[in-house]
Amino acid sequence: MRITAVPLLSHPRAALLCVCVLACGREEPAARVDVVPAPARFSVEVRAHPNVGRLDSARADVRGGVAGTRCNTCHQAWVPGPMATHTDQLDQFHKDMEFQHGPLGCNACHDDGNREQLRLAGGERIPMADAMRLCAQCHGPQHRDYSRGSHGGMSGYWDLSRGPRVRNHCLNCHDPHVPAWRQVLPAPPPRDRFLTPPAEGAHHD
Amino acid sequence: MTEVPGTTRRTTLKVLGATLGTAAFARAAAPLTQWSKDLSLDEFLQRHYRELSPDDMKSVLRRMEQETKEEHGVDVTIRDPRPTPGVKFGYALNLSVCIGCRRCAEACHQENNHDRASNNSYIRVLEMTQGSMDMEKGNATYDHPVPAPGHYYMPVQCQQCDNPPCVKVCPVEATWKEQDGIVVVDYNWCIGCRYCEAACPYHARRFNWQAPTIAPEEINPDQGYLSNRLRPKGVMEKCHFCLHRTREGRLPACLEACPTGARVFGNMLDPTSEIRWVLEHKRVFVLKEELGTRPSFFYFFDE
Repeated sequence: MRITAVPLLSHPRAALLCVCVLACGREEPAARVDVVPAPARFSVEVRAHPNVGRLDSARADVRGGVAGTRCNTCHQAWVPGPMATHTDQLDQFHKDMEFQHGPLGCNACHDDGNREQLRLAGGERIPMADAMRLCAQCHGPQHRDYSRGSHGGMSGYWDLSRGPRVRNHCLNCHDPHVPAWRQVLPAPPPRDRFLTPPAEGAHHD
Repeated sequence: MTEVPGTTRRTTLKVLGATLGTAAFARAAAPLTQWSKDLSLDEFLQRHYRELSPDDMKSVLRRMEQETKEEHGVDVTIRDPRPTPGVKFGYALNLSVCIGCRRCAEACHQENNHDRASNNSYIRVLEMTQGSMDMEKGNATYDHPVPAPGHYYMPVQCQQCDNPPCVKVCPVEATWKEQDGIVVVDYNWCIGCRYCEAACPYHARRFNWQAPTIAPEEINPDQGYLSNRLRPKGVMEKCHFCLHRTREGRLPACLEACPTGARVFGNMLDPTSEIRWVLEHKRVFVLKEELGTRPSFFYFFDE
């Protein structure tokens, strides 16, 4: 076979055929060339958290939503001495609050003077709705991934030249006082006959 | 021996042969008359997707909408969105944040008009033991609160391979790869041999053992010819990256449903896209890389 192969390949038409077979035998996708993206004509909106800066009163409002109470409803008239540093110091209000966010104290985030504001590490006061800036101070990698679109749920358009996008705020998914994800029940599993394990005692013929 | 004029032995044999022949033909053609109940002549004579002219396609789509109206009593819109030049879709999934809640599979089930009885979906979420990367050992039927300690979760769907084994084995070219990277199926050309199901190393293809059962009010009326229109019995189907949404710029249904943001989708040819940032900055990997299928679906863990 080796002897016949040499003259076969030396024939111009056979060689051409071989080249064709090599070139066509495998379907190579067209060369991937970067494109200039169409200009983004639509915006990315960060969904506001409905109850940020409001205390859940555990009662429903007239529309059935959660009746929130503004912080300054109480705190404007009465600002009790220095802010508590941890939940075990709360003796009258906010007593049932769960807190599992590392060794942080309350004033790590909350502004001691105006309870409707947050305080960045550098001292700057920001409104509650801008909490993402505060989160980003410690959670750099998450903030980087979020700003690059690889952390946090979204909906709408991948192509911003054709439609807008809505993105989640940190607080849509993470409770700032207990930020870790809690366990959830999954959606029902598939009832695929190949996936269902054989019943106990079933015979394998 | 007297002969009746005109009836020779030859004539008798001819008549006998013709009678038998006609009977045999009628018998052989009998199944055709039965098929006609759920297969119109237009449908039977319909050509391959890639041979349909724009006018043909228009009349095929209107006919399908009409048939859906007659069979299910639902007004649907079936479109045929085409790939956009300069777009090659890529999908990446962050295994560090996926919690295995199956919301993606549920969204797929609803978006793509899947069979309600089998709770079918193009996505299987595998419960994996931490430390193992073998998808064949994943459990797809777990039913307990997630994420369970000691496990991570790996949703697997069509990987839209650049070198797709399923396309190679199709004997009738009913499945092929489109310009934007999506591997599609012409449900009207598929003969249901299931070779592609056997060839796919990711178990991404599904077979319609029966016509999908779905309540009329639950049918998603926003449909595509190559994607989520109601499939007939006996054909293959698979994830198509929601092409009736994504080819019009929208995000796939599974991504919108993901509560943790584990999914990243976009145009891999656009250097400013989210998917490109992930591919360039995360340590992405593909499933069963050694098979040379070159998927357009990537997985990564956060560092």
